Amino acid sequence: MPPPQPAAPRTPDPPPPPAAAVFHIQGVTKVYRMGDVQVHALRGVDLDLYAGEFVVVLGPSGSGKSTLLNILGGLDVPTSGEVHYLDHNLTAAGDAALTRFRREHVGFVFQFYNLIPSLTALENVALVTEIAEHPMDPAAALRLVDLGDRLNHFPAQLSGGEQQRVAIARAVAKRPEVLLCDEPTGALDYTTGKLVLEVLERVNREVGTIVAIITHNAAIAGMADRVVRMSSGMVAGIQRNVKKISPSELSW
Amino acid sequence: MSALHRKLIRDLIHMRGQLFAVTLVLACGIATYVTMRSSFFSLEAAQFDYYSQFRFGDVFTHLKRAPESLAAAITAIPGVAAVQTRVLMDVTLDVPGLDEPATGRLISIPERRAPMLNDLFLRQGRYIEPGQRGEVLISEAFASANRLGVGDSLDAVLNGKWERLHIVGIALSPEFIYEIRPSEVFPDNRRFGVLWMSRDVLGPAFNMEGAFNDVVISLTHGASEREVISRLDQLLDRYGCLGAYGRQDQISFRFLTDELEELRVYGSILPTLFLCIVAFLLNVLLSRLVGTQRGQVAVLKAFGYTNWEIGLHYLQLALVAVTAGTLAGIGAGLWLASSLIKIYERYFHFPALQLHIDAPLILTAVAIAAGSACLGAVSAVRRAVALAPAEAMRPEPPATFRPGLLERIGLRALLTPASRMIVRNLDRRRWRAVFSSLAVALSIAIVVSGRYAMDAVDRLVSIQFHTVQREDVTVVFQEPRSAHVRFELAQLAGVLRVEPFREIPVRLRLGHRWRLIAVLGLLPDAELRRPIDSQLHPLTLPADGLVLNTKLAEILGARPGDILTVEVLEGARPVLQIPLVSLADEPVGLGAYMDLSALHRLMREGDTISGAYMKVDPAIAPRLYSVLKRIPAISGVSVREAMLASFWKTFGESMGVSTAFLVGFASVIAFGVVYNGARIALSERGNELASLRVLGLTRAEITRILLGEQGLLTIAAIPAGFALGFALSLLLSRFFSRDLFRLPLVVNAGTYAFAALVVFAAAIFSGLVVARRLRHMDLTAVLKSRE
Repeated sequence: MPPPQPAAPRTPDPPPPPAAAVFHIQGVTKVYRMGDVQVHALRGVDLDLYAGEFVVVLGPSGSGKSTLLNILGGLDVPTSGEVHYLDHNLTAAGDAALTRFRREHVGFVFQFYNLIPSLTALENVALVTEIAEHPMDPAAALRLVDLGDRLNHFPAQLSGGEQQRVAIARAVAKRPEVLLCDEPTGALDYTTGKLVLEVLERVNREVGTIVAIITHNAAIAGMADRVVRMSSGMVAGIQRNVKKISPSELSW
Repeated sequence: MSALHRKLIRDLIHMRGQLFAVTLVLACGIATYVTMRSSFFSLEAAQFDYYSQFRFGDVFTHLKRAPESLAAAITAIPGVAAVQTRVLMDVTLDVPGLDEPATGRLISIPERRAPMLNDLFLRQGRYIEPGQRGEVLISEAFASANRLGVGDSLDAVLNGKWERLHIVGIALSPEFIYEIRPSEVFPDNRRFGVLWMSRDVLGPAFNMEGAFNDVVISLTHGASEREVISRLDQLLDRYGCLGAYGRQDQISFRFLTDELEELRVYGSILPTLFLCIVAFLLNVLLSRLVGTQRGQVAVLKAFGYTNWEIGLHYLQLALVAVTAGTLAGIGAGLWLASSLIKIYERYFHFPALQLHIDAPLILTAVAIAAGSACLGAVSAVRRAVALAPAEAMRPEPPATFRPGLLERIGLRALLTPASRMIVRNLDRRRWRAVFSSLAVALSIAIVVSGRYAMDAVDRLVSIQFHTVQREDVTVVFQEPRSAHVRFELAQLAGVLRVEPFREIPVRLRLGHRWRLIAVLGLLPDAELRRPIDSQLHPLTLPADGLVLNTKLAEILGARPGDILTVEVLEGARPVLQIPLVSLADEPVGLGAYMDLSALHRLMREGDTISGAYMKVDPAIAPRLYSVLKRIPAISGVSVREAMLASFWKTFGESMGVSTAFLVGFASVIAFGVVYNGARIALSERGNELASLRVLGLTRAEITRILLGEQGLLTIAAIPAGFALGFALSLLLSRFFSRDLFRLPLVVNAGTYAFAALVVFAAAIFSGLVVARRLRHMDLTAVLKSRE
């Protein structure tokens, strides 16, 4: 495979020491109304994310990890507390500001890929690069995820793993500061899932994007710089991995 | 209530917007059906009842003068059931409050009321009393147009003497359901009216004592109209008979019958179009519903619900919408029909014109609605039934796409990914796109063809009354006069130009085809009345020979060069052979023209004229009119502007109403199609769009993607709609190519623009209604959903 062109090679290990936090979250709570019930999804979360980090957020369903991801990604605003991205205050941002934030800084990877079925792999990526300021070449982004030979395939012609890699390429191609992945392997089989994790690891290593994966699969935690455990809407613990395991060595 | 019924109700509530749109289109279809059919039946029933109760004649003729004793000979013709001899005269009337002279058609009635053919319905007042000289009954249309009532009086010239006529009753006759001056197309009830007076008064006044000049005949059942007409013509030939004719050529019958035919045609075409669209919309709607409810179908089947129960469940959904639409449509239809009947009452004068509603009509409406719903629902329901439970448990297989047509022909580079999405989505559901676009095109076509009628009438009026008939006033003499009368007319204050004309009633024959018509002799250099060719250029009348207008030539099967047999029905009644030299092409009536002096030569008569066209000074026209009223020799005066004004008033109003309806219908179709299309697109691609929002596209950007499809379909529909509208207009112009008038095929640019604008506005409105839903899109849900 040809080396990805736009990504400057970086020293893979050790991770850079935490500098200034890119994301700064403090005292965040989120209360939903679900019908007649009030759901306290987050009950005071403090968390910082640092440049170049690979973070895995672990927790059972209902622990609040998805809500946390939504708030980080600018899909939702907290009921109370503070959310800062660099010098942007996202705490009370409106729809337009959040859209701009997502457009400029965030890459999303969904559990079910959410590709546009009517667009080819290349076009799915181009859809996002066209609205980005300094995007990669869409073909280069696809080569980065080892799909250089599938550029003109429609989603229906790709396997689940391939679709998820297109989704990653789409998320990465605009050079976001952060890649937020919601159960990226949830719909994939074991081998394919590991392949996708390898791609995420490579993007983190080669492009320097912050990668945050939320999952209930504890085995993934091994490849992270830091593991955030969530439970009942609170951060139950943050653990720094002394030695990161490469995705190929993970098993579940 | 069963659980499945509860599901039905919830689904209905959930899909209320889309069902409402379908219901609306259906209601329009049923409403047009009910309106047109019930109006048709009402008019037809009123016509039938009126004709039979008041003994409308079957054969009619006018003659110069025949002794009353001839009535027995007429009765003796085989096939004749009853004979009514009459005295009929056109006279000038002085109506209080009217500047211009009016024309009264005086018809004799027995002095003592007795049953007669073309019997009278007395709306108000009483029948004339024997021995009361000045008593008349007047037609209701004329009475109400001039606000005349029982007890009022008006003046008329009766054979050279002014007489005051006292109105004792307001009446109607089956002969004048459509009350119009002969040889005109537009009724002008202010200036033309029918008056009935005692035969004992009318006869002596016009030298018709013991004589008659008009006959109405009814036929026995199964008699041959042709046979009776030909016998009658023979019998009356030496009495100056103008030729007998049947109901088909009776002007009021003809207008009414044409109108009924029109209603019948519209009443089947319009509803059919609507109901096809309903079937299409329901099909798309239910297919999508079954698609999204695959899982539910699977579960129901897994629990043991039968295919029948599940099929019925989805069919019921369609039927609920249909029931609502049908009820609304029937209600609206009946209401519309009663308004349409009111409009008809202004044109057609019946003793009673009531909305005729019967159960079969309503049941047919219901059956048609149910039929169109089932037609639309059946394939979708079949898909639900055919789903195997295990297969239905799995989500629908992902849609397969391929590069769209534009890209395949190499225009790929022109398209952004967003526009490629639009193009490919349309391409994938090609037929749906084609039908949607076609439906929108149809709504454009409906508006175009509706406005076409207005354009065409506008054009017709401008051709006929600004190019062909340029006179301000036409005067017709009681009897042909010496041509020097024209100089007397020219002397009158206010008359700027006088052009005499000679009108000779003839039977025009070519082979076995014939037609009663008046040949019009005109000055070769006439400016006020000039036949025109198909390019609208004035025709120079040939020094010899006939010019016919194309419709008359078509009826006779005549072509220039043919020799026509002209049986003159006046004077010495010569039978002449005259060549057809060229064709004229005016939009109104049947016309035969000759050079005035050529006509005189053929008739072996001196310089004789039947009347004159005049240009008058509008400033002193009223004074001229009052002078004209006083000239006994004049039997009729018609004023072009007054006639046109009265026409535009009635026609303009009814046209306004019908345009409003067509615009409403077209908007409903466009709304229904675009709204449903956008809702389906939203349902199919909601997840895609939400994902795009998550990826940072703005709401405006995804709105463009969502509505782009509908926008493209609407834009594609515009040329198609124009073409379809033109084709419909062409059909209409063919349909309205009648003896009485022919609609020219002109569709103004403004009409196209208006139609496009109406449909675009409806499309944009529906697009915006759907786009509002994008505001409430749940972005976080898509992260988790698999669709």
